[in-house]
Amino acid sequence: MGSLFAQISAVVKMNLLSLPKRVGSSLTTLLAVAIVVTVLLAFMAMGQGFQKTMAGSGSEDVAIMLRGGSAAELNSGLGGDVYTNVSSSPGIAKDENGPIISGELYVVVDGVKKSSQTEANLPLRGIGPAGFSLRKNISLIDGRMFEEGKTEIIVGTSILSQFSGFELGSKMKFGATEWTVVGVFDAGGSVFGSELLTDVRTLQAQFNRGNSYQSIRVRLDGPEAIQKIRDFIESDPRLNLDVMTEQAYYSDQSRDMGRLVYMGWGLAIFMALGALAGALNTMYTSVEAKAVEIATLRAIGFKGISAFFGTLVESLVLAIIGGVLGTLIAFLLFDGISTSTMGGSFTQVVFDFNVSADAFKSGIILAVIIGLVGGFFPAWRASRMPLLKAFSS
Amino acid sequence: MSNELLFDLKNIEKRFVRGRESISIFDGLNITIKKGTFVSIMGPSGSGKTTLLNMLGGVDRPTSGEILFEGQAIQNLGEGELAKWRARHVGFIFQFYNLMPMLNAEKNVELPLLLKNLSKAQRNKSVETALKLVGLSDRARHLPKELSGGQQQRVAIARAIVSDPDLLLCDEPTGDLDRTTATEILETLQLLNKEFGKTIVMVTHDPVAASFANVSLHLDKGQFIEQQSSEAVA
Repeated sequence: MGSLFAQISAVVKMNLLSLPKRVGSSLTTLLAVAIVVTVLLAFMAMGQGFQKTMAGSGSEDVAIMLRGGSAAELNSGLGGDVYTNVSSSPGIAKDENGPIISGELYVVVDGVKKSSQTEANLPLRGIGPAGFSLRKNISLIDGRMFEEGKTEIIVGTSILSQFSGFELGSKMKFGATEWTVVGVFDAGGSVFGSELLTDVRTLQAQFNRGNSYQSIRVRLDGPEAIQKIRDFIESDPRLNLDVMTEQAYYSDQSRDMGRLVYMGWGLAIFMALGALAGALNTMYTSVEAKAVEIATLRAIGFKGISAFFGTLVESLVLAIIGGVLGTLIAFLLFDGISTSTMGGSFTQVVFDFNVSADAFKSGIILAVIIGLVGGFFPAWRASRMPLLKAFSS
Repeated sequence: MSNELLFDLKNIEKRFVRGRESISIFDGLNITIKKGTFVSIMGPSGSGKTTLLNMLGGVDRPTSGEILFEGQAIQNLGEGELAKWRARHVGFIFQFYNLMPMLNAEKNVELPLLLKNLSKAQRNKSVETALKLVGLSDRARHLPKELSGGQQQRVAIARAIVSDPDLLLCDEPTGDLDRTTATEILETLQLLNKEFGKTIVMVTHDPVAASFANVSLHLDKGQFIEQQSSEAVA
């Protein structure tokens, strides 16, 4: 066994040392693998970044209620009576002001993207007095909170970074009314940072929505709370509401973007076939270039398996270097870059590309597969190299 | 020279199929080689010199017939067994040296020792001895491209003898060298035969090279038509 290991080590060493002699084809394979991995990671970074933003938005101890059958807030509509009735439900946590509940209205306004100077939909959300504290990891970082009854808004940092005209003190017109930015809040990278917040009563009045809401948020008072609320709603025939935790709601909203990750895998696998062809070509060329050397070693007494592993490792090394290069390119190009896309309620959600450790692992696994498959058949040929080649050199 | 037989080839047939044509190289060849002989084999191209050398080295097999090495038939051994047999008994010396271009002289010489369970220190000692024997101790760290043709062939000889095999098979070992260097190489081979008792079978086109052997055979159309000694070869 020791001898076999020494044989394999020697052939691996020789193959790796001979790589510079085939710099052109080796670099082609390496770059092909790098491109495949970069593309895969770009999709994964986008999908995972969006999912992270959405998943980071939801709390387990906050429930969101929408009209029964509504998939998203934009499709939902709730009367003021529903808000009043549901606020007496068991399961809702209370503080000195009573139940911690926020009736919320959600309207779509226009914003101009800094990157393209094109208009995009932004969510302007009216929240109740408890609305701000119901949101996880949110804090006012500049200016002050909007005042009830005034056309004042506070703006999320994600909006501030991606859209123009929302700086502190700016004035803008939504509908027939002029609004003033009086504060900036940070939401820790969650979807809340992609919203403009204002007083719900003011928003109802300015957009002629009477006493209607689109969603109701409540703080849950324990693990059984959500079931208590469901039971309460079921017992009252006037209430037709879907209730779910905020975490479940946003996880559902990010499902479509999850499919993007699968699309990325599909595209990467398709491209990997091209890289595989390159790897096969490079390795067959390598085996042919070293035919006399391989045959000489076998004539000396080296086993065919040493030539097999030597070739396979060479292929793997090229592919893994390509994979690492691809992940580095993806990391440098994409990680942390901020962009926005249409969310579940036809408004822009700002999120950061996220080249995670998982994505890195996936990229390396893909590279290893390309290296293994691309090296296997040439390695097999190397292990079967006719010894007479050594004498016909 | 010993009276013991190293090789006994009996009724060897070798045919190649090229397209629809079957080409016979040997048809009933018989030859014995005694231990400690330096045999040269000459003959025109296509006479079967290299084919015979390949069969003696276990890298080619006869179509029929028997190759006995120290009484053991080797023609039917499996690939793995043959590889072990070659590692233990045969050292190869090629016309174009067949050194590994990316390894320096001592690493090239060390290669056959990797097939044995030896410590690094034992390997180093054997490599040093082999390189000293061929007069290349001072070139141990040089890559093949940094050596002349004659020096490369010396490294190849050192590689062939480092594991102390019984048999050296040389395929035109001086075919790529000038006369002076060729003579040095042939003197080294002669030394290995006379002083260390190595059996050497050398294929060559060069009558001067053949004269260094103590037995010269002439092969034509698959048969030996002339021999200078009957002591070693029958």
